Amino acid sequence: MKKLKIIWNAIIPNNPVLIISIGLCSVIAVSNSVKSALLMTFAFSLVQIPSNIIVSALRKVTPNEIRVPIFVSVIAAFTTIAALISQAFFNPIYQVIKLYILLVVVNCIIIGRAEAFAYQNGIFDSFLDGVGNTIGYGLVLVTIAIVRELIGKGTLAGIQILPESYQPMLLMVLPPSGFIMIGLLTGTIETYLRKKGGKK
Amino acid sequence: MSYIENLLKIFISSAIINNIILIQFLGLCSYIGLTDSLPNSIGMSFAVIFVTVSSSILAWMIDNWILIPTGLQPALQITAFILVIGSFVGLVEMYIKKVSPNLYKAMGIYLPLIATNCIILGVTFVNSMNHYDFVESIASGFGIAFGYTIAMLLLAGIRERLRNSDIPEFFKGKPIAFMISGILSLVFLGFSGMIK
Repeated sequence: MKKLKIIWNAIIPNNPVLIISIGLCSVIAVSNSVKSALLMTFAFSLVQIPSNIIVSALRKVTPNEIRVPIFVSVIAAFTTIAALISQAFFNPIYQVIKLYILLVVVNCIIIGRAEAFAYQNGIFDSFLDGVGNTIGYGLVLVTIAIVRELIGKGTLAGIQILPESYQPMLLMVLPPSGFIMIGLLTGTIETYLRKKGGKK
Repeated sequence: MSYIENLLKIFISSAIINNIILIQFLGLCSYIGLTDSLPNSIGMSFAVIFVTVSSSILAWMIDNWILIPTGLQPALQITAFILVIGSFVGLVEMYIKKVSPNLYKAMGIYLPLIATNCIILGVTFVNSMNHYDFVESIASGFGIAFGYTIAMLLLAGIRERLRNSDIPEFFKGKPIAFMISGILSLVFLGFSGMIK
C-alpha cells in the first residue's frame, strides 16, 4: 500500500508538470501530435527510470559536494542511449522532435527527482518513483496531444477520426494553443485540489 | 547574399521569428518561475545573454575541434556539452563572486539556475544541427538570448500589472501566465514568413 502511494503521489498530488510546473518545455512543444507525444514519453521513461535507479544505487558513495555533476553525467549517458534508440527505430518522428529528445538531459523533472527522491531513498522505491513520474508526465503529455490533434487535424495518431466534413481548427496544432491548453489544465487541477482541501 | 546579411538574417530569425520561448518553448521553467517580478527577470536575462554567447563559443570549439575529428559526436555530444557548460558556469560564478560582489548580487544568484536551463544547451544543439560556422554560432547565440530577454520583459511587465487586477478564481496564479503566453505566442506567430 505504501509502495502504491509513491506512484500515486507522483501522478496526481505532486504531478511534475501541472503542480510543480517543471519540464514544461517538452510538454508544450511535442504535444501537437499523438505520435510525437508517445515517442517523447518513451524516451522520457528510458531516461527517468534507469537514472533514478543508478543515482539511488550510487547514493552511499556519492560525495555531497559533487552530487549534481554526477547526476548530470548519469542522466546524460541515458539520454544518449534514448536518443540513439529513438533514432534507430522511430527515425521519421525522431527527426521532427530531435531537439526535445536531446534536451531530456536538462529536463528539470529528472534532475529534480534524482536530487529530491533517488538520492535519499532505496533502489526499489526510486524505481517506483521513476515509474510514477513517467506516468504523471506521459499522462499530461498524451492527454494534451489527443485534444490538440483531434481538434486541430481531426485525426488521432494519423488516423482520421472526425468525419471528412469537419473543418480542422488549425490554431490547435500551432504553438499558441500549447500554452492555452496547459493553462486550462493547470487551472482545472488546482481548482480540484483547492476544493478537495476545503472539504477536509 | 553577403556574409553580413546572412548573419543579420540568423540574428533576426532566432530572436523574433523562432523566438526561443514563445515559438520553440525552451526555458519555460525560468520564464514562468521568475517573471513575477520585473527586476528578477532583468537580472536573469542579462545572465542568460552572457552565458549563452560564451557557451555557443565553447560548444563550437568542442564540436569542431574535438568531437567531429575523432568521430565521437553521436555518442558523446550530449555528455560533453553539458559537463563543459556546467563547469564553465560554475567557474564564472566563483569568479564574479570574488571580483565584483555588486555584479554577483545582480546576476550571480541566477547563474546556478542557468547551468541546467534548456536554453543554453538548446542553443548549442541548434548551432550544431545547422552546421553554423564560428561567427554564425555567436550570432545565433546572441539572437536567441535577445529573444529570451524580449519574452521575459513582456511577460514580467504584464504580470506586474495583473497583480492589482481582478482575475477569475480559476485563472489565479500560474494559469493566467500561461494564457497570456498563449496570446503573446500568437503575436509572434505573425512574424513567421518575414524571412524567406
